[in-house]
Amino acid sequence: MKLAGQTIELLKKEIILEWRSKYAFNGILLYIVSTVFVCYISFNLNPGFKQSAGYPIVWNILFWIIMLFASVNAVAKSFLQENKARLLYYYTIAHPQAIILSKTIYNTLLMSLLSVLALVVYLLFFPNKVDDLLYYFIVVLLGSVSFSTVFTMISAIASKAGNNGTLMAILSFPVVIPVILILVKVSKAAMDGIDRSLSLNNIGTLLAINVIVIASSLILFPFLWRD
Amino acid sequence: MKFIYKTWWKVLAVVLVFYTLISGMLFQVPRLDILHETIRNLYFHVPMWMAMLTALVTSVFFSVLYLRTGKEEHDLAAVECVNTGMIFYGLGLITGMLWAKYTWGEFWSGDPKQNSAAIAFLLYCAYLVLRNSIDEEQTRAKISAIYNIFAFPIMIVLLFVLPRMTDSLHPGGAGGNPGFNKYDLDSHMRLVLYPAFIGWSLLSLWIATIRYRIRLIEHKKNAIN
Repeated sequence: MKLAGQTIELLKKEIILEWRSKYAFNGILLYIVSTVFVCYISFNLNPGFKQSAGYPIVWNILFWIIMLFASVNAVAKSFLQENKARLLYYYTIAHPQAIILSKTIYNTLLMSLLSVLALVVYLLFFPNKVDDLLYYFIVVLLGSVSFSTVFTMISAIASKAGNNGTLMAILSFPVVIPVILILVKVSKAAMDGIDRSLSLNNIGTLLAINVIVIASSLILFPFLWRD
Repeated sequence: MKFIYKTWWKVLAVVLVFYTLISGMLFQVPRLDILHETIRNLYFHVPMWMAMLTALVTSVFFSVLYLRTGKEEHDLAAVECVNTGMIFYGLGLITGMLWAKYTWGEFWSGDPKQNSAAIAFLLYCAYLVLRNSIDEEQTRAKISAIYNIFAFPIMIVLLFVLPRMTDSLHPGGAGGNPGFNKYDLDSHMRLVLYPAFIGWSLLSLWIATIRYRIRLIEHKKNAIN
């Protein structure tokens, strides 16, 4: 129970810190809006694109790619922004598993909120007919959860290895590709209004990947933070 | 670690590999459409992945051992196992691509398993890049051990779970393979395939141990007394 208590306290601290500055939230929101706008302008240079047959496919994939880069940027901050002295202080007062858990939960909350807003902004600029909007919405939430769990652990590793952005991308993209593959497949199914029961299998795999990633972060993080 | 200095399993590896080379070419194989005689590549393509898996499992084992004990030799063993695994990775890809050319028509047919293999290759390339990015030896050993353990389950999901959930040209997939499936593997083929698994796996371990021993000598030479 001590672990749960510590996790909740650390989570509260993360949220309060974010609430005071609103830096990560506003920054990433602006990042998403500007990316969507850049895409909107670029695609609008080609008249007739919205009527073309490939539009729904591009729509779906473009959304996930925007989300991928937004979440890399959002989550990479979680360990990079902490300075060394403050980390040292956490380690003296809290269990390492509480630290990684609180970071993961915080990132999950942040990314869920951001991805919902991103979907709204995206739909505004790129109108599209999504047959099963509720299911698409759920898939987006699941996607943001999966991105956060993977990227939190990777950012912890990358922050120990010299804090550079290249390393973060190299380390995380191969890990996140299976997640992206499943997400694109399931969200396309939701877009086409295919019966939900048919993609339950894929959702199950996605959840299994999440469980594996969280379990291995919990096991490995205590080794990682010790210097 | 006494095991790596023993001779018997190296002899066994050589005997088994030669056995599969000869019997793989000469034994009876079932005649199937599309595949015809290329089915013999099964004896060479699949064991490469088995050898890779053996090397990578050993590498994870040594990474875990490193995290528990902090001995530098374990880290060297882990990285050399990954290096050896990468060699067999390449061989597995090449044998697969040659086979694909003669049965599916293209070297790269965008099969889910091929794509997954390419991604998993990137995963281990990232491991090697991560190693090079850190100068301090103990930090490098620790962080790369952690990434190695973290990457392993993802690799398993990529290679052995995801391709089975979609239509794949490889056997075992949901869509099935028009050429053959696992039920076509008759007892004659098993007689060659299973020894090939063991033989190539032992060979990959042998290569890894030699690389590890060279690394150990270098490491001792560079040490400051």
